[in-house]
Amino acid sequence: MSKHSTTHGVEDTATASSETVRVEHAAAESGGTSRAAGLMSGPFGRNLGLVVALLVICLVGVFTAGDRFASVNTAMTILRLAAVVGVVSIGMTFVIIGGGIDLSVGAILALSSVWATTFATQAMAADTHWLVMVFVALAVGGACGLVNGVLIAYGNIVPFIMTLAMLASARGLAEIISERRTQIVTVDGFKDFWSADVLGVPLLVIIFALVSVGGWVLLNRTTFGRRTLAVGGNPEAARLAGINVKRHTALLYVLVGLCCGLAALMLIGRTSTGSSTHGTLLELDAIAAVVIGGTLLTGGRGTIVGTVIGVLIFSTLSIVFVLNNQDSSTQAVAKGLIIVVAVLLQQRLARRSIST
Amino acid sequence: MRLPTTTPRQQSRRFPGLVVGAVAVLALSACTGSAEDAADDEEGGSAPAAAAQGSNDEEGDTVTIGFSAPAADHGWMAAITNNVRDLAEQYPDLDLQIAEGTNDVNLQISQVETFINDGVDAIVLLPFDGAAMTPIALEAMEAGIPVINVDREFDDPNAARVTVLGDNYGMGVSAGSYICEQAAGDEDVVVAEIAGIDALPLTQDRSQGFEDALSECGLDVDARQAAEFTVESGEEVASQLLQSESQIDYLWNHDDDQGIGVLAAIENAGRDEFVMIGGAGSANAMRDIQGDNGVLKATVIYPSTQGADGVKLARLLVQQKGVADLVEVEVPRMVQLYAPVVTADNVADYLGSAFES
Repeated sequence: MSKHSTTHGVEDTATASSETVRVEHAAAESGGTSRAAGLMSGPFGRNLGLVVALLVICLVGVFTAGDRFASVNTAMTILRLAAVVGVVSIGMTFVIIGGGIDLSVGAILALSSVWATTFATQAMAADTHWLVMVFVALAVGGACGLVNGVLIAYGNIVPFIMTLAMLASARGLAEIISERRTQIVTVDGFKDFWSADVLGVPLLVIIFALVSVGGWVLLNRTTFGRRTLAVGGNPEAARLAGINVKRHTALLYVLVGLCCGLAALMLIGRTSTGSSTHGTLLELDAIAAVVIGGTLLTGGRGTIVGTVIGVLIFSTLSIVFVLNNQDSSTQAVAKGLIIVVAVLLQQRLARRSIST
Repeated sequence: MRLPTTTPRQQSRRFPGLVVGAVAVLALSACTGSAEDAADDEEGGSAPAAAAQGSNDEEGDTVTIGFSAPAADHGWMAAITNNVRDLAEQYPDLDLQIAEGTNDVNLQISQVETFINDGVDAIVLLPFDGAAMTPIALEAMEAGIPVINVDREFDDPNAARVTVLGDNYGMGVSAGSYICEQAAGDEDVVVAEIAGIDALPLTQDRSQGFEDALSECGLDVDARQAAEFTVESGEEVASQLLQSESQIDYLWNHDDDQGIGVLAAIENAGRDEFVMIGGAGSANAMRDIQGDNGVLKATVIYPSTQGADGVKLARLLVQQKGVADLVEVEVPRMVQLYAPVVTADNVADYLGSAFES
């Protein structure tokens, strides 16, 4: 670990020259460094730009909407909006750090939501327990992820292509099962549980928080997390280090699939429906959040905290726009600008914090 | 629960045949009214949404209304929000908050939550998916904020104070009755239909109304194809239909946006032996009808002013006014708009309120 700390500063100014260095870099970050400079260039330093961006958006909200923005209710609205995308983005962070990408998250979410709310599933849930629906959604999500993962890892299909195929077929299957109709949830136990508040905090927000903390622990405090960074940084080196790269890659897609199943349940709870149109373009929101969160699209580096802030930036922005009565075209332009500005700001701050 | 309100106004005079079988009707704006009606207005109402409602138009307490609709990804939906904006400019006492148009139910729910947090006086909601927006609409109603549901219905009648709907079944009836009128008792004519997305309840309603109206005069649909509301699908499906049917007398196409593709296919095939009827009522379809420069002779309106009507009713509701021309004190529970047939004879009355696709 001490070797990593000493090579750290040099390596960043010289801009990572080889893949091996990048793996070490990633390992150093996940292990945490003791020196102040190391700290700044670690997750904290890189997330500073994001925090600034989020604060700026909040300030804009306060200046333009005043008390209407700065209220507990608005905060809860932002968090509820962030929750569904957030859970999927956490899963997406793992896949992207592991050197892959998953374009099928929205489609998997739609399929899970439809399958968990079919007449047959609901009848079974009514006879037994609403947990049947939870099981179905998670099983469908996990199974789709497994198909993605196995075909990518063992079938050697490029992740982009494989998940593109899954995007088309999962949503198609969702349309076939639901006959393109919205399926309404009639199981009261399910509706009551998923739309509940715990001590004034919506359950959806609590789930998002738990998944975030769980994701952080998994990435930073377990062998699974370190393997993910190693596999994404340099698969060959990871293989030589004795990691079963194929199995690990497959597991990452199962993980994001399970996140989609969970997000489907959250959306079913929020809308009391399952539909083949749920989660349309969710993959873009999730990837955007992960990328502005500082995760490298090429893999090997990324943080959960960054992703969470990334998700919050977009949901806060949406609400600020609603409060300010802005039309959709202006909002689309502003979103694009903010992605670019956030990433630029984040690069600059990260570089400066390293040089000091 | 649902109390459709009817009005014995001018439609029956103008299109006697069309009203047969039509469901509840309330001509609230000049969009669904006729020329005589507009001329009767004290203000002469140039913009359709501005149709005068007597003293109801006088400035009252300021009303804050939250409006949310799906993404404007086709002409009709874009017109919905534009009509709402135009209306808001005409009333100084209207403070309208328009949320970004979105097809993401998760975001649309958050928009409504924001309106509730804001404590708006009323929410006008054209849901992307009626069923999915029901829980949040119920929440708004429970918070004491009346919700006006436009076009796509909630699955719980308690989720809205007022529901403004178009008449999909009535569109089919209007189109079918027009063909019956034109065919004038000839039962050998060939009738074709190009529907929209078949899985949607609205398409099924339109086709059912069409079939029912045709059967009144002994006709039936001889050929039917379903497109997907897009120009490309309209072109594709229409060329197949024209290929398989060598002789057609009447063709009803459900939607004028996809109708651009249908007309292109007809032109490519060099066919002109039949009369085509459109649907929804886009401005370019109406210009074609007006110019009489093709097979398109009529279209059936699905008003793109229903969002504006929703906002207008919300304003009345909050200001505790009734609908001026009704005896009833309160704003009705449900308003269903009429689906009139536009032909060269009356196209001038409707062109002003038509949407650009």
